[in-house]
Amino acid sequence: MVQGSGGSPESDGSGAPLLLRVERVSKQFPGTLALDRVNFEVRAGEVHVLFGENGAGKSTLIQILAGVHRPSGGQIIFKGQPIHITSVHHARALGISAVFQEFSLVPQLSIEDNLFLGSEVRKGLMLDKVGLRRQAREVLDRLGFDLKPRAPVMYLSRAQQQMVEIAKAFRTKPSLMIFDEPTASLTERETARLFALIEQIKAEGIGIIYITHRMNEIKRIGDRITVLRDGKYIATIGVAEATDQRLVELMTGRVVEQVFPTVSFMPKENLLEIEGLTTADGSVRDVSINVRAGEIVGIAGLVGSGKSQIGRSCFGLERIAGGRITFNGEVVYEARKTNKLGQRRMLDRGLYYVPSDRRQEGLVMMQNVRENVALSSLWLRTFSNVLFLRRANERIVVKDLVRRLDLDPPNIERDLEHFSGGNQQKVLVGKSLVRDVKLFIFDEPTVGVDVGARVHIYNFIKELCEAGAGVLLISSDLPEILHLPYRAYVMYRGELRAELSQKDISEQAVLSHFFEKQSA
Amino acid sequence: MAGVTLGQQSGLLGSAERLATQVFVRAGVLPWFLIFSIIIFTFATETFLTGQNFMLVARQATYLVMVAMGQMVVLLTAGLDLSVGVMFAIASVVSSMVMVDVFNASGKEAVWGSIIAGCAAGMASGLLVGAINGIGVAFFRVPPFIMTLAMSTIVFGIALTITGGTPIYGMPDEFASVFGYGSAIGVPVPIWITIGFVVLVYVLLSWTRTGRYFYALGGNLKASMLSGISTRYYLFMAYVVCAAITTVAALMLTARLESGESNIGRDYPLNSIAACAIGGVSLFGGTGRLLNVVLGSIFIILVQNGMNLMRIGSYQQMIVIGILLVLAVIADNYRQKMLLTLKD
Repeated sequence: MVQGSGGSPESDGSGAPLLLRVERVSKQFPGTLALDRVNFEVRAGEVHVLFGENGAGKSTLIQILAGVHRPSGGQIIFKGQPIHITSVHHARALGISAVFQEFSLVPQLSIEDNLFLGSEVRKGLMLDKVGLRRQAREVLDRLGFDLKPRAPVMYLSRAQQQMVEIAKAFRTKPSLMIFDEPTASLTERETARLFALIEQIKAEGIGIIYITHRMNEIKRIGDRITVLRDGKYIATIGVAEATDQRLVELMTGRVVEQVFPTVSFMPKENLLEIEGLTTADGSVRDVSINVRAGEIVGIAGLVGSGKSQIGRSCFGLERIAGGRITFNGEVVYEARKTNKLGQRRMLDRGLYYVPSDRRQEGLVMMQNVRENVALSSLWLRTFSNVLFLRRANERIVVKDLVRRLDLDPPNIERDLEHFSGGNQQKVLVGKSLVRDVKLFIFDEPTVGVDVGARVHIYNFIKELCEAGAGVLLISSDLPEILHLPYRAYVMYRGELRAELSQKDISEQAVLSHFFEKQSA
Repeated sequence: MAGVTLGQQSGLLGSAERLATQVFVRAGVLPWFLIFSIIIFTFATETFLTGQNFMLVARQATYLVMVAMGQMVVLLTAGLDLSVGVMFAIASVVSSMVMVDVFNASGKEAVWGSIIAGCAAGMASGLLVGAINGIGVAFFRVPPFIMTLAMSTIVFGIALTITGGTPIYGMPDEFASVFGYGSAIGVPVPIWITIGFVVLVYVLLSWTRTGRYFYALGGNLKASMLSGISTRYYLFMAYVVCAAITTVAALMLTARLESGESNIGRDYPLNSIAACAIGGVSLFGGTGRLLNVVLGSIFIILVQNGMNLMRIGSYQQMIVIGILLVLAVIADNYRQKMLLTLKD
């Protein structure tokens, strides 16, 4: 079905011709310089990994190459010619195709319609449905995808949608393909399949830009690695010289010890006790965990492992089917007996859930910092009396908070959408700091955040914990789980796999529970 | 239109241009619309720029200002109320029928008793429409467009059924002479009432939790929920508040017309949305300023008044208002972009 990698004569590709060369390309967005004179190159038949933290500029760079954004400066040389990519369509015509993380598929349309969206096969003025189906079949067959061209995309699994996305990029016979974290939603088996496919297209002399956060993937398929940090080019190294240590240092610009603070834990009474929790949709099954005051407890796991639903259940955001939740000595949920969950009620009891998706669930982007910070605390005496808001007070409290958070710019009347991701995240975390909270649940607290903001947020979590609060840290970011918590749980497909104490938390220990050990 | 280029120019012209840009970016296109229209009408007609005419515009604008404020509250929550027109119908019909009945039953003795009873009944009917809208949207998740569209045909049907389509006369004269034509300190009563409501709505939107929640709800429903706000309750309240303000306007208009009629509010759904759009309220929720909505409403009435004085027919007026509406929204899009580039 798929050819082995043995067919490619040279995987290093040092002698292969240069396909793409990016020279001193910059991109200015309102308020931020997303790319600052970045250099980058791809050879034919090479997998070039772009590596860096969220917000380092990887996405911006590939979006420029794919024609989504225009560069503000610098030049792009493709197959020896300087080019100005004007649109996604133009990029495709030149031979550059991208598979984005966010799917560019129309859910209601069929696979074949999606594959040819924007360049439909026509006969005169009418659509040539037969021709379209044949060509769609050809593309899918060539890639060895077992998909029905007429199936609507919305009924496909995420992995299948990913395959459609790849087929769509592949359809135009590109000479440069871009993959943006393609394995984020794939199972181990699907990932292996994808890698075989990449080997295959690589052997055909197609250059590949591959974005990933996962160290083991880099070693499996990468040839060279270019590291970006804060929009700047840092280094390009061969995969042979790339140790984990080296990559983290290049990525963060500092040694691990400087990023993660040392927290002194003093675990006290039990704050949150979850016994046998099962959600109605089965995303969590029979999970029991507990969090004490004065400790940080981590929950690690892949996307879809149910780790996030545990936190959401405690806040009343998931339908629960069974189990018991005790908070601060009070039974707040017991299957078929009590249900005293609910956002406002849990907030007033002293539990605060910081959601992972700040745009969708966390912040009101069109409102300013002051209004966002006060939103979850407006009914407290600090912010309002029986009838009216106490706006003068609000201003004082939020100004003080902004100073503590080191918000940049420290303007509380500025709308959230005009801040960088890191500063938005600070506001999201800051919302919880203007009220009395006993237990914080952080769901992916550092998604899309640069190192500076990351250090800030970690220090905040440390301070909260040392001040006696309990912290439940739900994260897909491995270093975070490795370095912050006092104890950590590992989730796998809705079930609790392991509980690790601080001294047992190591990359091998956590990772070994991430994946199925028996063959799937 | 105001220049886009900033800096570099020297001298008076440059700074004037900068000032114009600043005003445009901060306050929007509305001040310019108002200034231009006032200049045009002043030169084109003799009677436009007189105190008497301005008082006329102010009095005519009261009803639209009220409805637009109600509409704004709903728009803030990313909703829409197409049933403001039939709130006029039902409130007008119910209030006048009750008023006439009580008045006649008392042997034309209970003047104020009948007025109070009529207004209370009218208010109740309007609030009921709002409450049903709110229940449909907030609790049954019917899209606001559909919910209020359906309500507008249902309620219009009810109003026509109970009146048989004919106007209702016979209300006590005091109702019209006080709430329709009365004045205090030289200013008509409807204007006083409207000013009172502008202040009330300002306080509601800017100084209470409820107002803050309306904005937050429309800005991001999910984030509001996660912040512990009872989103359903406040969505419901938005429709009730809109109905309350609209019904007061309906009662004032009933007093002015001295009769209860089913088809007095037909233009208000579109005009109130237009006033909000010209005033920069986002139809996607979350943003909008009260003062601009008030000015937007006055602007629409002002343009109609000026065109009346210029003897432009009402058909042509419809064309002009439509064009201005689209221009206002395009200008606002530009403003948003400039706002981004001008930000510190």
